[in-house]
Amino acid sequence: MSAVIEEHHDHHDHKPTGIGRWLFSTNHKDIGTMYLWFSFIMFFVGGSMALIIRAELFQPGLQLVEPEFFNQMTTLHGLIMVFGVIMPGFVGLANWMVPMMIGAPDMALPRMNNWSFWLLPGAFGLLIASLIMSLMGLGSAPNFGWTFYAPLSTTYGPASTDYFIFSVHMMGISSIMGAINIIATIMNMRAPGMSYMKMPIFVWTWFITAYLLIAVMPVLAGVVTMMLMDRNFGTSFFNAAGGGDPVMFQHVFWFFGHPEVYIMILPAFGVVSQIVPTFARKKIFGYSSMVYATASIAFLSFIVWAHHMFTTGMPVAGELFFMYATMLIAIPTGVKVFNWVSTMWRGSMTFETPMLFAIGFIFLFTIGGFTGLMMCIAPADFQYHDTYFIVAHFHYVLATGAAFSIMAAVYFWIPKWTGNMYDEKLGKLHFWLTAIGGNILFFPMHFLGLAGMPRRIPDYSLQFAEFNAMATVGAFIFGFSQLIFLYNVIKTIRGGEKATDRVWEGADGLEWTLPSPAPFHSFTTPPTVK
Amino acid sequence: MRAAKHVAGLLGLMFASGQALAAYQMNLSPGVTTFSQGAYDIHTMVMWICVVIGAIVFGAMIYSIINHRKSKGAVAAEFHDNTTIEIIWTIIPFLILIAMAIPATKVLLAMEDTSNSDMSIKVTGYQWKWHYDYLDEEISFFSNITTPDAANLSTNASVKKDDEYLLDVDNKLVIPVNTKIRLLFTSNDVIHAWWLPAFGVKKDAIPGFINESWINVPEPGIYRGKCAELCGKNHGFMPIVVEAKSKEDYLAWVNSQKTAAAEAAASAEKTWTKADLMSHGEKVYATTCGACHQANGEGLPNVFPALKGSAIATGDIAKHIDTVVHGVSGTAMQAFGAQLNDADLAAVITYERNAWGNDTGDVVQPSNIKAAR
Repeated sequence: MSAVIEEHHDHHDHKPTGIGRWLFSTNHKDIGTMYLWFSFIMFFVGGSMALIIRAELFQPGLQLVEPEFFNQMTTLHGLIMVFGVIMPGFVGLANWMVPMMIGAPDMALPRMNNWSFWLLPGAFGLLIASLIMSLMGLGSAPNFGWTFYAPLSTTYGPASTDYFIFSVHMMGISSIMGAINIIATIMNMRAPGMSYMKMPIFVWTWFITAYLLIAVMPVLAGVVTMMLMDRNFGTSFFNAAGGGDPVMFQHVFWFFGHPEVYIMILPAFGVVSQIVPTFARKKIFGYSSMVYATASIAFLSFIVWAHHMFTTGMPVAGELFFMYATMLIAIPTGVKVFNWVSTMWRGSMTFETPMLFAIGFIFLFTIGGFTGLMMCIAPADFQYHDTYFIVAHFHYVLATGAAFSIMAAVYFWIPKWTGNMYDEKLGKLHFWLTAIGGNILFFPMHFLGLAGMPRRIPDYSLQFAEFNAMATVGAFIFGFSQLIFLYNVIKTIRGGEKATDRVWEGADGLEWTLPSPAPFHSFTTPPTVK
Repeated sequence: MRAAKHVAGLLGLMFASGQALAAYQMNLSPGVTTFSQGAYDIHTMVMWICVVIGAIVFGAMIYSIINHRKSKGAVAAEFHDNTTIEIIWTIIPFLILIAMAIPATKVLLAMEDTSNSDMSIKVTGYQWKWHYDYLDEEISFFSNITTPDAANLSTNASVKKDDEYLLDVDNKLVIPVNTKIRLLFTSNDVIHAWWLPAFGVKKDAIPGFINESWINVPEPGIYRGKCAELCGKNHGFMPIVVEAKSKEDYLAWVNSQKTAAAEAAASAEKTWTKADLMSHGEKVYATTCGACHQANGEGLPNVFPALKGSAIATGDIAKHIDTVVHGVSGTAMQAFGAQLNDADLAAVITYERNAWGNDTGDVVQPSNIKAAR
């Protein structure tokens, strides 16, 4: 792969070769590439687990796996998709694009950048090692769900929980360093003339996301450290028998967890805000309101965490506060959707693959937003909580939301990365199969949840059979169509029609002033932004 | 809607051919209590508001996608800001949210008012069964799934998949109708959640905490629910069944329970034959022990230890009794002395010492248990 890329690069680029190029890399593009490949590989690993889950749920009865193993699958699927796919995917995009979009030569802290990435394979190596040990019959992998509620994960957790804790610590360090790097880059390395309110929206959303990461990843580190103490050093932070408080676990976890979900969606907003104007050939509608809406969502994300905990028996005043605060999130989120639609309105649109994925994102993310609004209503949430309704909700916002935006971003920027156009026919095929498969997969989950099917169960009673069978069919369509994506990406890296510097007719921004493929070192002299 | 149902049903028939098909449901059920009715009404209102907003937003998008495309010669307009419209679409959603919040608040406040209840039942979650304690009647019992074999890959196929598959329990929670019943929730081990959709009640059962809710069921009938919080291996296999009876029938049931309790106490005094202990022990084992140690006594490697040929089940009787009665702290092995009576414990320990080729020949009598407590 690297050999092919190299011959297209400018001849005066000085670039290390061999394995050292990747191991010791301080180049934002190479590190971005590694992040994106890591995310892509993990997408297939986590996706395979989802297919095992869906295959078991195809029919009532247990056919394939023991309930114990099923729980390991749901846990690892969630952890891998959240921490191994969506987050590194967006960090990869930030690494590649933020310096190019603000006219900087590289990230501000290149060595730290290297370390941020290389912690990840270690972190996930540990996590996956626990699964390999489980498959070898050496005890269970983490089996308590990605939310790892105490005391199921502490007193009752399998021995591998300590692997999980260490793994989460490493992911956290990686994310915090990545976030510091992004903030330092954006604050210090913008081209002359690029004021904050002239930054591309993608840069803005990542800037805000990075602050969220710095604020909440230490909270996650804190909660897993308390778990470690409870498990190994006799403390009782979460053990009621020792005077601890299992509900406190949930408060601390969701104080991390709710901003975390915005960490996974704000960069997606940024990607879509780059793509829609490009293909509508029209400036983004309401630039400043987009920025303020993003900041408002980030602020609100800190004061809504207990809406994940309506059934834990909070005082009614607490329930009311968290219900009202959560409802407010609908306002800035609505502003964003309205702005995207207004950007499309009276534009001159074409529908290449990135635009298809961006429009798919707006439709499907909005459906996820609607179910989110339904769930913030506490009395109704008592019925939705921990059912397939919430499973449908967060897959609409994360799979057909965040993951769609990463796919859109890859199609959008891969001509700039490789110098080659991707195969448009395959891209469109990939989009339609993913969108249709995704809806066959996730839409029936709404019905299942409303009809009373709890989440995280390996087997179900007969009234849920039809929609589960349907969802499984959708899952296999969704899953296998990602192989088209993989093929298309590899094909584009290896060759294809040469991309122009601007790539897209409506493209706007500094990254499109660079040659395609972007040189190994870009903007060694800063451009001037008017 | 009806067409969609039809298509979905057909698809389901195709995929699940050969399976008994129960009626499927696409929407929340209105249920039978004021809670579930309130939740249903709010759900319906918010859902329709979302549908209308969705129709407007998606309609505008689709119109734009169809008409404002380059291939139709559309030329991009220049506008990219409009303060008035941005203020409007900030304020209108705010007003809609207030309209949602008012009824939601009313329903919520009613739900959380547990005062003036007529009776109280304590619900305790265990891995993986429910325990019900009638605080005013001195009645308490465990409620187990009737088909524990469903929870294992190797034995699941032997369980009949009928309409009550995974939905039935041995001892139902029996309640009187038209009575305000306060429910108290706690847990013996991990967090569970007691969910009965027809009542609109879902509350976490948390170790060290007592949560409360209330129900007032207007009509007799059987109501089914499930554990909603992941609580380990058999989380999917701890159903909830509530039977609401008329007040007279409920009183009759209370009396029969008291008689049965007296009989059980008497049986703990007598001396059992080995055959009786073995046959009763097998039943107790299936409902209480088999979930972890498995029906064949082999456990799950490195998760739950085997009893077949184990040092405890074939060694010192006193150690065996102590393990079962007091549990092993720091592990999933609970103290079953608090859950089973002397006769059940004697039977199950006798069973464990003689089943699966353990053949120690030992017989444990209820009096041995009583002495060991």
